Amino acid sequence: MTAHSEKEAGPVLELENIHKAFGGVVAIENFSLDLKAGEIVALVGDNGAGKSTLIKIISGVHAPTSGTIRLDGEAVSFSDASQARSSGIEVVYQDLALADQQPVYMNLFLGREKVRKPFGLLDRQGMMQETQALVDELDVRIPSASATIRDLSGGQRQGVAIARATHWASKLILLDEPTAALGVAETAKVEQIVQSLRERNLAILIISHSLDQVFRLSDRICVLRRGVQIGIRETAKTDKNEIVSMITGLA
Amino acid sequence: MFQRTPAIARKFDLQGSVIYLGFIAIFLFFAVTLADDGFLTTRNLSNIVLQTAPATIMAIGLVFALSAGEIDLSFGSIVAVAALSGAVVMQEHSMFLGILAGLGAGLAIGWINGVLVAYLRLPSFLVTLATMGLFAGVARSMTDLRSIPVLNDTFAGFFGSGTLFGIPSLVLWTLGAVIVGHLVYRESRFGAHVIATGDNPRAAQVSGIKVPRIRLAVLMISGGCAGLAGLLYAGRLQAAKYTLGESDLMTVIAAVIVGGTALNGGKGSIIGALVGSLLMGMLNNGLILMGLAVSDQMIVRGLIILLAVAISLRDTTRA
Repeated sequence: MTAHSEKEAGPVLELENIHKAFGGVVAIENFSLDLKAGEIVALVGDNGAGKSTLIKIISGVHAPTSGTIRLDGEAVSFSDASQARSSGIEVVYQDLALADQQPVYMNLFLGREKVRKPFGLLDRQGMMQETQALVDELDVRIPSASATIRDLSGGQRQGVAIARATHWASKLILLDEPTAALGVAETAKVEQIVQSLRERNLAILIISHSLDQVFRLSDRICVLRRGVQIGIRETAKTDKNEIVSMITGLA
Repeated sequence: MFQRTPAIARKFDLQGSVIYLGFIAIFLFFAVTLADDGFLTTRNLSNIVLQTAPATIMAIGLVFALSAGEIDLSFGSIVAVAALSGAVVMQEHSMFLGILAGLGAGLAIGWINGVLVAYLRLPSFLVTLATMGLFAGVARSMTDLRSIPVLNDTFAGFFGSGTLFGIPSLVLWTLGAVIVGHLVYRESRFGAHVIATGDNPRAAQVSGIKVPRIRLAVLMISGGCAGLAGLLYAGRLQAAKYTLGESDLMTVIAAVIVGGTALNGGKGSIIGALVGSLLMGMLNNGLILMGLAVSDQMIVRGLIILLAVAISLRDTTRA
């Protein structure tokens, strides 16, 4: 039991000396980061800094050229995204990856639909109820679990995408620019949902271009510049000027 | 923000019901204008159902292909190749092998379409346009344009003129295909994956759905359905000829679109395709009873299909 609880206290995700090259082009150089449960870490950097590559490495789309990824202390290597998913890592993509003409509940269970025995027919009722319970819990305000995605606002769609990740993630959620396309009020709502994920004991890694948002949400900030890890700062102990100069490389 | 969107308004719009209203309207129109020409007789009405059986089955296959974001233009040629394959094999061998040959031909051509589309990423429109021509040629050369008689009575009964408990076998095939098609399409995980693939292939793929496998499967389903349709034609006419299925392309596509299936994927209905197919059959029948010349029938049918498709698409393209 003690060993178990010690393990729980340790980081959920450990990246150690991650290096990624595409042919001769180095995309990520010696990147190391620990993520703890209930912690929100922001990944910032200019365009082309390697943020998306890093997300793809963690989510199993790309394999690192060298370096170690540990999940709950165990070294893992994912050969594709579905392996990362079954290990409890979910991604909320920038384009949300929602099927627009389908209802919310079918999107929540996309690719992992619930079926009823003995004929394996879809359990629409069950999926609808679970979806409704989840969106209520997360306070994602949508007309109903059977509403069509196309009829929802940008913020509601983002809420659905986050709810889906929350439903399936047991360890880690990667959020790629979750509010890039949203207005002020919707951004506030989505940030509130992201904050509430802390209580679910999930580790969150968020990419954002908005430093205001990064300072509102994160516990720590990790800066990348041209594939090089410039540093990690505790959000409470740094300020925007420092982060901006880390991002741009200008003192 | 987060205000309620008018989802209720969507529920009551014409989207789903336009096909049923159209069906009733055209039925009533023919019932009144053709009352003296025998439109309403049981014999005529059951004829309509029997004649549309092959088209309905092709339409079911096409719903799967369209819903996954692909199209199959080759099913008409598959019908001919499958019917001829079945008939030729049955001349020498058992009925069972004939059926196997017919269905096998359909599935095989569907597989060729599917591999080219799913794994070589060629557009299905072009692939099936090419295989449509290719297999129309194959059908012609198979028997040097000759018609092959189907002399096996069991086969003719099973796929054509027979009855079971007084219900014509073609009706049973139609019902069976609609029920199985509907369950697979609406109530199975596979169906959900087909629809998701057509709606947003990237979302489907990142959700762990094997998108290429779905694309291959829907084109094989379309091919298999066309193969079955070929056998039904051969059973009903007790012969197979290269012309079978030749004129079904427009009718079946129209039936499916009018029945509420989106041309660009993500949305469809098997029941709608059945009603659409019956609508097309009724239209054919009515225009013949009206005594229109073949050329006029073609013009009127084309115009009505244009109108019907325009009405059905008006809703689906509204974002």
